[in-house]
Amino acid sequence: MQDTRGNWEIIKDGIFSDNTIFRLAISLCPAIAVTSKLKNGLYMGLAVLFVQTMVNFSVSLMRNYIHPRIRIPIFMLIISGWVTVTDLMMAAFARDVYRDMGLYIQLIVAFASILAHAETFASKNKPAPSVSDGIGMGIGFMIALVIISFFRELLGKGTLWGFTVVEFKPLLIMILPTGGFIAVGLLMGLFNWIDMRFYGGKGAGGLG
Amino acid sequence: MGNELTRLFELFIAASLINNFVFTMFLGLCIFFGVTKKMETAVGMSITFTAVMVISAALSWVVFFYVMVPLEITFLKIIIFIGIVAAFVQAADTMMRKISPELFYKLGVYLALIATNCIIIAVPLINAGEGYSFVESLVFALGSGAGFALAMVIMASIREKLDIARVPKPFKGLPIAFVTAALVALAFTGFSGLITL
Repeated sequence: MQDTRGNWEIIKDGIFSDNTIFRLAISLCPAIAVTSKLKNGLYMGLAVLFVQTMVNFSVSLMRNYIHPRIRIPIFMLIISGWVTVTDLMMAAFARDVYRDMGLYIQLIVAFASILAHAETFASKNKPAPSVSDGIGMGIGFMIALVIISFFRELLGKGTLWGFTVVEFKPLLIMILPTGGFIAVGLLMGLFNWIDMRFYGGKGAGGLG
Repeated sequence: MGNELTRLFELFIAASLINNFVFTMFLGLCIFFGVTKKMETAVGMSITFTAVMVISAALSWVVFFYVMVPLEITFLKIIIFIGIVAAFVQAADTMMRKISPELFYKLGVYLALIATNCIIIAVPLINAGEGYSFVESLVFALGSGAGFALAMVIMASIREKLDIARVPKPFKGLPIAFVTAALVALAFTGFSGLITL
């Protein structure tokens, strides 16, 4: 079950055709929870990128020594180990961001997509493609988070990264929880529309 | 004593309505959007979730305060809580299969799904972070479970109607579910400020 695509190909697929948020619609919790500010969105994306890459790398290195029957608990252990590393690092080096979203960093451990990539990709492939897969997925996730938080911060506060960009009466609703759902729903609809209009896709319904 | 009860009640209301897990904290969204297509599964899921949340909150509280705090290994809480929850869910699965096959037939499917769900693991993490007492942790878990159940039931009843509505094609399925959830979340915003803890 070795993957035959090249490393670049794998990264590209992770970003576009298998984008975790807009195409597969899994691991949505943080996508809404932390995206009221661009900065938080980017840091969350970086954290996931790091965890996914390191998990894929470790799982891939150990893939021949893990007994198939206990593989899931082992993957969970590896994931929670790397999440702890990320959690402690964020707490030390990015204090203000961590105060906003410490809980969600810890909850990366329960990401369906990280476990899914470890199980379906890293446990069957060599370290190099696995790292590419992790990077692709992480960047795809990060881009999605950045897009969502870009719109939410711009519309909700008129600022980007804390700096005022446009002067207008902000739409407060966008930084409220409601705005997160609306933003993701509309963006998903938009991507589906683009896919149908220009690429003849059937429209990815995700879980729905 | 009366004061204590009031505080617990406030905690319950805060956990279930004001800080509703789904609509204000965005936890368990995968499950939320995944299984709310049918009312029956939504109800079964909520019952299982609440039960697992309360019991795993109790277990993790004991381990956290009697093992991890004395040994000063609280930084390992993510790994340990995941272990506790996963082990408990596995045990519950096995026990239910033996003791009550009927109940297992109804709820067993959901058990397998929740071992690594963010909503389940969030409860012990928040309890540990806030330093709740044992009873408070239980009440918090129960309140969160009730809030989750409420959200699931509301969403399931809306989506059953949504199925027969005419939705623009790009919005079919998940996107429209998100926008619907946004409107329900807006209603839940009304609860904020109801109680200040």
